[in-house]
Amino acid sequence: MTGASDPIIEVANLDKFYGDFHALKDVNLTVHQGEKMVICGPSGSGKSTLIRCFNGLEWHNSGRLVIDGVEVHEQSKDMRRLRQEVGMVFQQFNLFPHLTVLENLMIGPMKVRRQGRAQAEATARKYLDRVHIPEQADKYPAQLSGGQQQRVAIARSLCMETRIMLFDEPTSALDPEMINEVLDVMVELAQSGMTMVVVTHEMGFARKVADTMVFMEAGEIVEVSPPDRFFTNPSSERCRLFLDQILEH
Amino acid sequence: MSAPDLSGLKGQPLPQRPAFQRFLGSTAVSIAIYVAVMALIIYGSFTGAQNMGYNWQWHRVPQFLYSFTDDGFQLGEIVYGLFATIQLSATAFALATVLGLLVALLRLSGLVMGTAVSIGFLELIRNIPLLVLLYLFYYVLGPIFGFDRYWASILTLAVFHSALISEIFRAGINAVDKGQWEAAKSIGMTTGQTYRYIILPQSVRFMLPPMTGEAVHLIKSSAIVSVIAVAELTTIGRNIISDTFMSFEIWFTVAAVYMVVTLILSVGVSYLERRYAVDQ
Repeated sequence: MTGASDPIIEVANLDKFYGDFHALKDVNLTVHQGEKMVICGPSGSGKSTLIRCFNGLEWHNSGRLVIDGVEVHEQSKDMRRLRQEVGMVFQQFNLFPHLTVLENLMIGPMKVRRQGRAQAEATARKYLDRVHIPEQADKYPAQLSGGQQQRVAIARSLCMETRIMLFDEPTSALDPEMINEVLDVMVELAQSGMTMVVVTHEMGFARKVADTMVFMEAGEIVEVSPPDRFFTNPSSERCRLFLDQILEH
Repeated sequence: MSAPDLSGLKGQPLPQRPAFQRFLGSTAVSIAIYVAVMALIIYGSFTGAQNMGYNWQWHRVPQFLYSFTDDGFQLGEIVYGLFATIQLSATAFALATVLGLLVALLRLSGLVMGTAVSIGFLELIRNIPLLVLLYLFYYVLGPIFGFDRYWASILTLAVFHSALISEIFRAGINAVDKGQWEAAKSIGMTTGQTYRYIILPQSVRFMLPPMTGEAVHLIKSSAIVSVIAVAELTTIGRNIISDTFMSFEIWFTVAAVYMVVTLILSVGVSYLERRYAVDQ
């Protein structure tokens, strides 16, 4: 872990309810600048809910969540500024289907950051290069494969010059042969020093880039440990069982 | 498991419907039946008109559409009536669209009063007959707020159709995937920016067919303003009839003119729709 640097996400005693359903139970977590954290766990364990709280797509009911010095809650005046710092990549890509790839990347910088067209286009082309699809700039999302769409989605977040990237099961909706092209881009992004919080079941990716592994179940954080210990000798029985199930084949 | 042995049936034709049903179901026969029924209806109405001694004067109709005088080609009264109808409808439709969007956004705003006001407006307008609404605007609101019969008609049509259009907007906005909202939010867009750049451009695709229907509906319901004598197609038709007593010919002509306009509109928009579909 990069213990030397400052914490950028701090979660303390976080609770979240959907009606009577207790989705997050007393969650405590710290992510440091430049750290790569991979969160895994069975479906319904609250991992998506947790990272969706990180950029205000969901609101927690109690506890504290501080990101980049900003107290995150529904009344916060700084949420829009914070969302510009925190990028999110969705399972279903959520590209804007009526805009070309280039326009998808430019609309945030131009409308939110008030950049000029030329500057926004230069940024867009730079990041399209980084996700290895510069030739798709003028196509519409529907004309791209799932893997290409997800890489555009990653570039769209990067164009906002984000400092933290959240990934919500970025490869779960992809055909198997496209998973690696997306993971490769994510590995490169990790090597560039970006702070990343990734919800995924891709354990090969986790082994390669994670500084910290988190295992969640039933809304609780069960285990937080560095990957070498996490994969070989997890302290909790539930985590061991889960890993046995997903690593078996 | 082995495949069932159907080799004996190989190449056998499938059983057909009985010959009589095939005869009735054939294209030629259904066209023949249609022609026969239509001929009967037309023959019936013509003999009926003859029996009441109606004097058909179709040759006097064209002068109301166009004429050649010493000054050259001139458009007739009915065409000017049509222009007035189109102008009236276009103004009312533009107003109705703006008002409808506002009502829809109010409904979707999540504000308690916003939702209540828009639902109240919707129920109020939907449950008053158009004719009564027109009388309200002309005889009550007109004198109070000082607008004439022309603006009373435009406002009546605009308000009446804005209620229906707001529902089209609402459905179109709701039809856009929730993930689009989340993606726009996650790059820091405000609600207004999200509507303008992300949601509304995508709703157009869902709204175009029902909006066309609504435009056609509005053009047709604009005929009702003839009861307060606003000069448009129906009023002019009525005036011509009181001069010439050719009620059959003129009403047929007016109906045909409405139909031609609305058909052109529908065809034009379905062409637009197909072009839009390619872009997505």
